[in-house]
Amino acid sequence: MSETQMEEGDTHKDIEVAPALIAVHPTQESVAVAVGSDLRVFDLHGGCAVSLVDDSCGPFHNDSIRAIRYGAKGKLFVSAGDDKLVKIWSTESWRCICTVSSEKRVSAVALSNDGLYVCFADKFGVVWVVDLNGLDRNQVSTNKKEAPLLAHYCSIITGLEFSTGGRFIVSADRDFKIRVTVFPKEPLNGGHEIQSFCLGHTEFVTCLAFVSASEYPQGFLVSGSGDSTVRLWNISSGSLLDTFEVEMKLPSKGKLRSLLYRVFLHDGFFLNIIVVSLAVNMLDCSFQGVVVLSCDLSAQTLSIAKVVSMEGECFIPTSLSTGSSAGLLWMVAGVSNLRGFDNPSLTRVRVISGFEKSSLNPPEHQPTVLADEEIPGGDQLLEKLQGSVPVEQKVFLAAAEAVKSAMSNLLVKKQYCSETREFRKRTRNDKKN
Amino acid sequence: MSEIKAHPKNSKSTGLPRKRFYRARAHSNPLSDSHFPVPILPCQVNYSLHYPQFFPSSDQIDSSKKIEFADIGCGFGGLLISLSNLFPETLMIGMELRDKITEYVKERISALRVANSGHYQNISVTRTNSMKYIPNHFEKGQLSKMFFLFPDPHFKEKNHRRRVISTFLLDEYAYALRVGGIIYTITDVEELGEWMKACLESHPMFEALTGEELVEDPVVKLLGSATEEGQKVARNGGETFQAVYRRIMPSL
Ligand SMILES: C[S@@+](CC[C@H](N)C(=O)[O-])C[C@H]1O[C@@H](n2cnc3c(N)ncnc32)[C@H](O)[C@@H]1O
Repeated sequence: MSETQMEEGDTHKDIEVAPALIAVHPTQESVAVAVGSDLRVFDLHGGCAVSLVDDSCGPFHNDSIRAIRYGAKGKLFVSAGDDKLVKIWSTESWRCICTVSSEKRVSAVALSNDGLYVCFADKFGVVWVVDLNGLDRNQVSTNKKEAPLLAHYCSIITGLEFSTGGRFIVSADRDFKIRVTVFPKEPLNGGHEIQSFCLGHTEFVTCLAFVSASEYPQGFLVSGSGDSTVRLWNISSGSLLDTFEVEMKLPSKGKLRSLLYRVFLHDGFFLNIIVVSLAVNMLDCSFQGVVVLSCDLSAQTLSIAKVVSMEGECFIPTSLSTGSSAGLLWMVAGVSNLRGFDNPSLTRVRVISGFEKSSLNPPEHQPTVLADEEIPGGDQLLEKLQGSVPVEQKVFLAAAEAVKSAMSNLLVKKQYCSETREFRKRTRNDKKN
Repeated sequence: MSEIKAHPKNSKSTGLPRKRFYRARAHSNPLSDSHFPVPILPCQVNYSLHYPQFFPSSDQIDSSKKIEFADIGCGFGGLLISLSNLFPETLMIGMELRDKITEYVKERISALRVANSGHYQNISVTRTNSMKYIPNHFEKGQLSKMFFLFPDPHFKEKNHRRRVISTFLLDEYAYALRVGGIIYTITDVEELGEWMKACLESHPMFEALTGEELVEDPVVKLLGSATEEGQKVARNGGETFQAVYRRIMPSL
């Protein structure tokens, strides 16, 4: 076996480890966790586990799910991933009402605010759009076809987000680029009009989120990146408004090289302050917990509001989510599979309370990590979302390690020495045919 | 001056660099991640390095004069040199992926500047992958002309996404071009010519120049004659296929 093959073989195995994902219904009707090919949903409203129904094609997903998402109104849910299937679910019946086959693996999904379009990004940087017009929530549709919307030139798309109000669709990639495209009136004809590029990150962008308030209906974009910064943007012009350097501002020892999994936001219109939380997941793991940033929209600045440390808990979230009202931050840690452990699809769900608008301001009021029995849905929920097997803490540390290396393999550009580079050029297989 | 003359790779009689010292692979793969510095933002493009006569000091960042023409895949730079005489006050840049070719064009321009004092100050070249980094070099609506002369054909269907003209990339070119700006393409490969024309024709932000406009535009005459590739095709009596389109407001 040549060096190149070995290298690629190894990389591939690592990439196969997928982080667990979590999504909370906008008004906290339900919560979904995806781990590996498994999609688990708990009905918070009814207090019971949900069984999914999928007669659209084949049995559910058959490879790692990479993106899950509720629509803005909470009526639809989308899941997609390495099996190249994009599944659209009705959250009333939890029936899969439509499955779209992508040509390539899917890395991100977004639903337009009006619920009429699903967009998904493939691993080659192309964003596709599916028209949901005429989709019947009680009937399975098989004839939905995707149309190309836009593309980042051969870069993995790591974030896809509609702007507040839905005028723009924003896409971020593993190169450092954030593109703001006018979401066209006829999306199936392509999104050709680029409003701006938000340039400033120097490494892969991992997450996007919008913050808005009634005085700022257009909202501002927040992005997190492997360059250890969170940035605030004006998307009309693409101008950078503020940069928050995680490495410099975090009260923690050691060098922090963060991988920000997801910026989540919570609209607390208290003094125009919008709260943005993000999980900081270290490549050099010296901090465990969640950092809450506040964004002052009138001053256009980002600053630290709270640091919720979870030191000693061996819990490093792989994904975060929140509904719009309940003041709870939902977190999941886990991986699709872990070499050397026979328990597949490890997951651990944790919840932090205290994200109401008022509670973040008095400094003595700390958000608190809920004990398992305090989590809405309690044991039943945990049993559904985590699976029933209790897992030792050290396994979670190994899992965190596996996700970390898988994610950096996927996102961090490899630096080859010049000889390896030459060697790779000579043995490139696209030259042979 | 003597420095340039003494350059071992330059011709003794003309002072110009000789191509044979700058041989490179015939094609570069635009998909591979290469290793060259990329400006994070257009305002980081170092104008005083590219156009020292226009920008004598590097702290003069706030100048309103910006690059207006871009020659994408400029090869040995023949077009830039012809355009420099036609538009001596317009800043232009060639973008080239292969480093040796880029070095050659750099040498060629600096030798021309030395030999023709005061001239060729408005042209320069940068090594970059134009398929990835256009927005890093140009602001929205900054360019008034973009050139794609004799681009690599990438015949096989699975390699079509390496083509430098595609519907997706035209979105970026439409972003960099101002309304009224013009995109010039030419090739000797009929299939590619049809492809480029079809992409432009179906794009909502471009419209074809009329026959009359083509005759009046002095730049059109250069498309088949100014570049090294064009001259080669002309020498061999090859046919060429051009498509020249204007950036318009999308009719949405
Ligand atoms: C066939 S040559 C034509 C050169 C020149 N325009 C002429 O007419 O003589 C195509 C050139 O495009 C360059 N090129 C190909 N892909 C490129 C990319 N992505 N970015 C910049 N240059 C590229 C190649 O290195 C090559 O020099």
